[in-house]
Amino acid sequence: MASVMEIYQLLPKTNCKECGKSTCMAFAVDLLSRKVKVGDCPPLVNEDKYKANYEKLSGMFAKVGNVTETGLIVHADKCIGCGNCVVACPVNVAADPMGAGSGKAPTCDRVIFKVEDGVVKAVNVQECRRFGENKILCVACIDTCPTKAIEFV
Amino acid sequence: MKLDNDYYVCTGCALLCDDIGVELEGGKLNKVHTACRKGFAFMKGCSNPMECTVNGERTDMDSSIKEAASILKNAERPLIFGHANSSSGAQKKAIDIARKTNGFIDDTSSFCQGPMVEAIMEGKLKTCTLDDVRHKADVIIYWGADPANSHPRHMSRYSYFPRGKERQRGWEEDRTAITIDVRKSDTAEICGQNGFYQIPVKGDAEFMDAMVSALSGKIPKTSYDLDKKKLLELASILKKAKFGVIFAGLGMVYALDDREPLYKLMDKLNSVSSFHLIPMAGHYNMRGFNQNLFEETGYINRVKFSSGEVLHGPEYSVVEVLRQKAVDAALVIGADPLSSLPRSVVRYLEKIPLIVIDPCQTLTSAKANVTIPCGLVGVETGGSAVRMDGVEIEVKQIVDTDRLSDEEIMTRISEAL
Repeated sequence: MASVMEIYQLLPKTNCKECGKSTCMAFAVDLLSRKVKVGDCPPLVNEDKYKANYEKLSGMFAKVGNVTETGLIVHADKCIGCGNCVVACPVNVAADPMGAGSGKAPTCDRVIFKVEDGVVKAVNVQECRRFGENKILCVACIDTCPTKAIEFV
Repeated sequence: MKLDNDYYVCTGCALLCDDIGVELEGGKLNKVHTACRKGFAFMKGCSNPMECTVNGERTDMDSSIKEAASILKNAERPLIFGHANSSSGAQKKAIDIARKTNGFIDDTSSFCQGPMVEAIMEGKLKTCTLDDVRHKADVIIYWGADPANSHPRHMSRYSYFPRGKERQRGWEEDRTAITIDVRKSDTAEICGQNGFYQIPVKGDAEFMDAMVSALSGKIPKTSYDLDKKKLLELASILKKAKFGVIFAGLGMVYALDDREPLYKLMDKLNSVSSFHLIPMAGHYNMRGFNQNLFEETGYINRVKFSSGEVLHGPEYSVVEVLRQKAVDAALVIGADPLSSLPRSVVRYLEKIPLIVIDPCQTLTSAKANVTIPCGLVGVETGGSAVRMDGVEIEVKQIVDTDRLSDEEIMTRISEAL
């Protein structure tokens, strides 16, 4: 994912406040955390001179195939279904300490990862720690994957 | 160990994961939950199932069993080999058949984890169960083993990642994983740069001696280049361990000419802390065969029955008897020697009457005189098997089949003798 500075550079940088934010930088930060959409910046949409930047930004936030809302991709061709991510994911551990957190089959529906037909499937991604109001850059599933089958974009 | 709910056991490897959920459709497996890719592929069954044949011609079960029995009856020194992928019941029957026919009996542990299992059965190495590892282990060493590839759920189900009774804070805080290997394997990637010790091929014995020196507070010496400071750090980690475990892979087994350096290291480790060893058995019931034969004869493999007497020694191993052409017929069950052993050794199998019992067509079955299909244990038939740590696991049947189980086939051959 792009950094907040990269997004800021593509905005009008006029601090016109038309979007309701106090600065373009504030808008960029909210854009990165998906609180606002690219189209929420009126000058960017309406003025021709920003057209190229608008398209670029829209491209950056467009959904890529197979990517979940949090930007999580599981490369099914690389995954060996070892379940390291299932057991290591802090959300899984909190939701299902005696099942997924203890290395066994998940026993509750609130887990993010589970293994099906030998490959990891991401479900309930909205529960992921990289998503929502208090998001953090959690890497538990990426660090523990032996085949680098999990990626965030 | 009995299953307490609707879960099934995966027989894909010697981990025997007993938390597999399945969805059936039309009497067949539709979805498999929790099993790894390896286990799922194993449970799905074979793409080319075997059929009853005698000398290449299709026949029925009765006549192929009759033919198999007559081959064994007419042979003076038959070889009964395989057993790693068959249920404990079938293994006991196989030992019976070998006794009845004065045959050689050996399994894949003969060129696999045999030395480690033998040392454990004789009480020379301290061992523990995988459940102990999950609940208690704080230092885990993968030595010449790459569970990320060989036993995909090893790290997540038992050894590194799961929370246990005395290890509730998880892998980041409560456990240290170390890989000792000749290459940076996928397991080593997970252990990180600080947890990986690279040694040259056959450098294991020297590394063990160096570790003993480091544990005694001496400067470790090796003929190859080794970071002494890092080794002393390793020694201090091992000393602080409350419950340590070494998973001995084939890399370690093949590198050791004798087990003395390992015994010395384990003695030293157990004098400063508490360390256990578990062999990383591959096939799901190799350890089961070792235990069954040990109960019957006092040896874990490489046995020859001779009118009531039990002979044992390296000369009775499958590799030696085939190389010396000491056998005149062979029954292979739950193994594929033609693909797992060198061609120069197994070429002789093609020249003698060969019986193969397996669910799927294999390279060995393609050269066999008699093939007898059996149900896939853990899917089509039940039974029991022994996990890599020596715990017996009950295996349940999942789908119905008209195939006989390997135990039934062995019983019928035994009766026909």
